[in-house]
Amino acid sequence: MSVAPMSVAPMNAGPAIVVEGLVKRFGDVVAVAGVDFTVPTGTVLGLLGPNGAGKTTIVRMLTTILRPDEGRASVLGLDVVRRPHAVRSVIGLAGQYAAVDEALTGRENLRMIGHLTHQPGPTIHQRADELLERFGLSAAADRPVRTYSGGMRRRLDLSAALVHRPRVLFLDEPTTGLDPPGRSDLWALIGELVADGTTLLLTTQYLEEADRLSDNIIVIDGGRIVASGSASQLKSRLGTTVVEVRFPDAAAAQTASTQLAPIGAVEVLDDRRTISVTVADAGPAVLEVVRQLDSTGLFPESIIVREPTLDDVFLQLTGHKAETGEPVPPPGAKAASGKRSARRERGAA
Amino acid sequence: MTTLSPPSPAAEDLGLQDRPPASAIVADALAIAHRNLIALVRTPTTLVFSTIQPIIFVLLFRYVFGGAIQAPPGMSYVDYLMPGVFVQTVTFGSVNTGVGLATDLQTGIIERFRSLPMARSAVLAGRTLADVVRNLFVIILMVAMGFLVGFRIHAGVIPFIGAVLLMLGFGFAMSWIMALIGLSAGNAEAAQAGAFPFMALLVFASNAFVPTNRMPRLLRAYADHQPVSAVNSAVRALAGGGATTRPVLVALAWMTGITVVFAALAVGRYRRTA
Repeated sequence: MSVAPMSVAPMNAGPAIVVEGLVKRFGDVVAVAGVDFTVPTGTVLGLLGPNGAGKTTIVRMLTTILRPDEGRASVLGLDVVRRPHAVRSVIGLAGQYAAVDEALTGRENLRMIGHLTHQPGPTIHQRADELLERFGLSAAADRPVRTYSGGMRRRLDLSAALVHRPRVLFLDEPTTGLDPPGRSDLWALIGELVADGTTLLLTTQYLEEADRLSDNIIVIDGGRIVASGSASQLKSRLGTTVVEVRFPDAAAAQTASTQLAPIGAVEVLDDRRTISVTVADAGPAVLEVVRQLDSTGLFPESIIVREPTLDDVFLQLTGHKAETGEPVPPPGAKAASGKRSARRERGAA
Repeated sequence: MTTLSPPSPAAEDLGLQDRPPASAIVADALAIAHRNLIALVRTPTTLVFSTIQPIIFVLLFRYVFGGAIQAPPGMSYVDYLMPGVFVQTVTFGSVNTGVGLATDLQTGIIERFRSLPMARSAVLAGRTLADVVRNLFVIILMVAMGFLVGFRIHAGVIPFIGAVLLMLGFGFAMSWIMALIGLSAGNAEAAQAGAFPFMALLVFASNAFVPTNRMPRLLRAYADHQPVSAVNSAVRALAGGGATTRPVLVALAWMTGITVVFAALAVGRYRRTA
């Protein structure tokens, strides 16, 4: 009975998620410091930020797992504090730490979720098979999950979130820890879901991911929103390419930094002899850099053109490097800190 | 608190419930129990390890120390020993509940359960129910072991079935204590380490292996009035004959009290654990 009304759902229902003045503290640490946003029905919001920014805490409040200290939030008009059970029946959550049962097979995991969400008996098996097929897990369906690769686990985790056909989906760092092919597989699957009209809130540390999947992006840092807009709006604000120029000595770098300032946002890096210029368009910018350097007689040791990292984004938006350091480590935090440091190294390289 | 605010129209349209249907309380607990039992069957090593220790105890006490221990008059030592071993097995077996819950917290699957429209009680109820089934299996194994070393039932099969039910009930009660420890510990290793001293105090400072009459006075006062001893006495009476009413009532009182208090504490802890 309660499954059928899917099609009855009004399509002009307005925002799927409304968040007003949301605050969460863990002891003295303010994890979320007053956040407001809305997600229109059928759209994708990307919450972009480093570890510890408060992304996961926001998701946990919206999915009724954590109680907000202040402010309010609703999903499809249902208040997350006053009507948590009703909220749970319209949402799906796939977390950062693929939360599936290792001892069970993929098929058993999905059937268990079918039972726990009170789907009509005959449809439980059918739905499990359908999802396994769609997510490319049919061949592995009867193997215990502990034999799955990281990418397979993530796909199963995502399908577990879809068993009861939620109308609002929350994905907390869905691709963290996946290799590039695994990541693009998952992106394609998420893209299909969104095309079906599911409202999605996605958290990510990857600019590219937010860009690729979201209609709107909110950048958060230290529990606050520091920027928001569509991917293209943010990009034009942030620049899309970084040109790094290294000089033989700090004096040359210093001179160049004033010389190149008109081209884009210039920063002198920690080694004091490398500067980075964040620009909108790589080609013309590189030519301009070379022209300017040539005219002043400064000789660079190297010029590198790269995509902006999250650090670049944060530097521009907040004037400081992205903090890493989760105020309250969520379950399985050990695995996360490993990933985090690996990422930092990559960012620094 | 907020009864004055009108229900959301969107929710009315969707026909959404504000709590799971009553049938879900049982159905969800069974779904979780089913999941835990599958895990148990898939990892038989844990089951094997949890029976090795009591088997060693049986061999040690039956053949090494047993000759030197004076059983109460009219009872052979093996008939005295085996009920103690059965109860020891279910008591230590309850650590499984705590370790299982701590592991579920650690892996994040409880996080997923919390986001589902399921009965909130199911995670704990399902886990403790699964551990009752597990205990039944372990008790059957240990009774068979008992028969191999000379243990006999003297009071008939029906009272002995009563004894098994009593032990399952006690295992269930202990599971709630361990559930509280497991939810508080945060990880499996801490749950195991946290449970051991407590379990040892209950099992070894009891009448499980030796009668309490030659213990120092203070220790004896404790050993005579603690739950494991009470259950041991009740099982001995039900298996070996003798007056059963009083020991069975005392054992039932203990397990009911433990279940009520610790289920409430564990459920409260579960609600607060985020």
